[in-house]
Amino acid sequence: MKRDKTLRPGDDEYATGSDARTSLERREFLKLAGGGLVVFFAVGEGLDAQMGGARGADGGYPDDPNAYLNVGPDGRVTCFTGKIEMGQGIVTSLAMMLAEELDVPLDAVDMVMGDTDLCPYDAGTFGSRSTKYFGPPLRQAAAEARGVLLKLASARLGVAEDALLTKNGTVHDSKDPAKKATYAELVGGKKIEVRLENKPPIKHHTKHSVSGRPTPRTDARAKVTGEARFSGDIRLPGMLYAAILRPPAHGATLKNVDTSGAEKFPGARVVRDGDLVAVLHEKPDLAAEALALVEAEYEPSPSKLDDANIFDHIKTVEARSEVVVESGSLDEGAMLTSKTVERSYFAHYVAHAPSEPHTALVQIEDGKVNVWASTQSPFRAKQEVARTLGLREADVSVRTPFVGCGLGGKNQGGQIVEAARLAKLAGTPVHVAWTRQEEFFYDSFRPAAVYDIRSGFDAAGKIVLWDYKLYQAGSRSSQPVYDIPHKRVLSFGGGWGGGEGAARTHPFATGAWRGPGSNTNIFATESHIDVLAEAAGMDPLSFRLHNLADARMKRVVEAAAKQFGRAFSRAPSGRGYGIAITDYLGTYVATMAEVAVDKAKGAVRVLRVVCAQDTGEVINPEGARMQIEGCVTMGLGYALTEGIRFKNGRVLDENPDLAPQGCGEPAVTTMGAVLANAIYDAIGVRLFMLPMTPARIKDALKA
Amino acid sequence: MDKTIRFELNGKEVAIETSAERMLLWVLRTDLDHTGTKYGCGEGYCGACTVLVDGKPTFSCQFPLAKAEGRSVLTIEGLARGGRLHPLQQAFADEGALQCGYCTPGMILQAYALLLRKPDPTEAEIADALETNLCRCGAYNRIVKAVRAASQKMTMKVTGHEAR
Repeated sequence: MKRDKTLRPGDDEYATGSDARTSLERREFLKLAGGGLVVFFAVGEGLDAQMGGARGADGGYPDDPNAYLNVGPDGRVTCFTGKIEMGQGIVTSLAMMLAEELDVPLDAVDMVMGDTDLCPYDAGTFGSRSTKYFGPPLRQAAAEARGVLLKLASARLGVAEDALLTKNGTVHDSKDPAKKATYAELVGGKKIEVRLENKPPIKHHTKHSVSGRPTPRTDARAKVTGEARFSGDIRLPGMLYAAILRPPAHGATLKNVDTSGAEKFPGARVVRDGDLVAVLHEKPDLAAEALALVEAEYEPSPSKLDDANIFDHIKTVEARSEVVVESGSLDEGAMLTSKTVERSYFAHYVAHAPSEPHTALVQIEDGKVNVWASTQSPFRAKQEVARTLGLREADVSVRTPFVGCGLGGKNQGGQIVEAARLAKLAGTPVHVAWTRQEEFFYDSFRPAAVYDIRSGFDAAGKIVLWDYKLYQAGSRSSQPVYDIPHKRVLSFGGGWGGGEGAARTHPFATGAWRGPGSNTNIFATESHIDVLAEAAGMDPLSFRLHNLADARMKRVVEAAAKQFGRAFSRAPSGRGYGIAITDYLGTYVATMAEVAVDKAKGAVRVLRVVCAQDTGEVINPEGARMQIEGCVTMGLGYALTEGIRFKNGRVLDENPDLAPQGCGEPAVTTMGAVLANAIYDAIGVRLFMLPMTPARIKDALKA
Repeated sequence: MDKTIRFELNGKEVAIETSAERMLLWVLRTDLDHTGTKYGCGEGYCGACTVLVDGKPTFSCQFPLAKAEGRSVLTIEGLARGGRLHPLQQAFADEGALQCGYCTPGMILQAYALLLRKPDPTEAEIADALETNLCRCGAYNRIVKAVRAASQKMTMKVTGHEAR
């Protein structure tokens, strides 16, 4: 691994904050990273290290355009974001937003992502928030930078600002195109020192030429050639790979350990800090081989929970609840109903199973710590490492190479803390990459959940009562999207992280899982809507439209229905059609599916999925489609079992007048319900528990 | 017990002195710095570590180095020639057949092995051949499309880039 010269505060070049010092290095790094995402390899190498961790006055995103972008002396523009790239495609779409607003070609933009030395502070990459919340300040920064460039060009060219145009990284006189100055000539390599009194407006979407066009991923070349670097691909001189001793069960405690066998293994070092026992070796596989020689005895776990008794436990462990939403009166609603239906729904724990296991490399040098990690939350990792090592946060730098899926599980950085502890013990850089087994043990899980619903409709088929209790899995998307006068939603216990009582609630760590809370809430609520529709003698589509007041949601449902192109009738129709809808944090989704069920095998074959999603203004329609398709496919996994194919998923509706909403998660949340409803329509048997495995389907058919 | 193992890696002879029982995956990634080949499960379930050995798709996490002796190993780093992407690589990029990209090298090599056996596979045959390779991002439909697109380009020799 080539390590370039490190610039530190105090260096002359650093102090001037200008010149060509970085461009050559940056090109070098671009080559290493293979494009798309730039990973810097040593402290302060980058452009303006002062901006690392910058925050606005309110603790949110900063106001200074320099925090977000830098125009290099070669005219290339670097975009800095504390967000990370884990497949969701913001490496492309954020670059598009910047290119659009600054008027530079997309391929002139380099992305620096998740580098705590260089990027503005960010709480993390989760909740489909990157475009929605980071996009606007990025656009504003680019618009202001463009405004400054116009001002500088005006002075330089002697042309009034309003007679100047910007295009392809150049400002020119609208009447005399030969009169021009490139951005590089105007500010190349320097901080933007001029600030504008009035913030220039951002472009209206109708003026866009980059944003809104289907654009291939800018990281594709690096990823198809194997050049893309993930955390496990970073090499440092003297680094050792760790294999860590693991208990047989959560809650088991270490009684005795004999490491003498491993100590004799050639090249192996054993390090220990309390319960953390690890074997270090220059080769990861040999570290694992040596670890197998460690003999350990454990006190068994006191946990009595298993997947048969977990639901009773979840319902009884926490008596306190909070009101998520309440309107009207349940008693009054109950009096208005012509029919009331009560049901319970259940969901099991689900692993994130990211393609790339949790990985981290930690180097401690002269009291400064460098971390490379597969994390969704680099700034959180920075805090955790500082706390673990008893250092100041300023002494910890976290860099985030490409991340091989996050899915919520890489908000928690257990592997980073382990690598930090081991690097300190070993006095040399230590790399920790969880094995797949460790991943299925130490990663957090989507919490198992129970939902109780009592609801009813009146003689007109209008839902008038909605009494919803959710247990231990988070309240996101638990508010009905339907127009219901008398409703109450109670959430018991904590959210997906388990809340304060997590240790006694769940037998292992739980956490956000793509569309957290929502994917199981929607399974319950949208399954139940179908139960109501049947009881009301209506088909599931008409019943929904009949009970929706939100015009935007109706449009989305109608768009999906039109593309689905099949008429729903009262379930079970024997045809296997299903529908589920949601409002996921402002993104509206309607998903329809057609399935065939092999009753003898209990096997579900998904023939077709149509997904209409209104996610507001779409920056990269190609990227949005990829996210939705991925959501549909991944959703089939949690709904049924992994590995089942689907037929098609499409974006049918775009709404550019609405500011961009999130796209990485919404569709995944509908998949449990849409398939439960389609299965019911096919065979007349409802599955109340996720996943809907062949065994459960066969059992339900027998019952 | 260390031994010297010789094999051809992406067309170049390599000789490596190490324990011959080690799995090829780790030797490639750590000893030979070919990090395009990924660890996914270590048990041959996910296909992230797929390489070609004498033209056959092989899970390198299950393949002892000793067995590589005298054979020819192709990793993702060996697929592009002279900076020019192989049609499969190009098709994966064009079709957006990747998201996080972690499974991509193994996926492309599995597809490459299929095209060596069967230059013009149907979509069902492609899906079947890629059954061993998992993509958690769920890019499967696009992956199948990309392989199909590449096979059509290659059989038409539009690019003049033949299966190697």
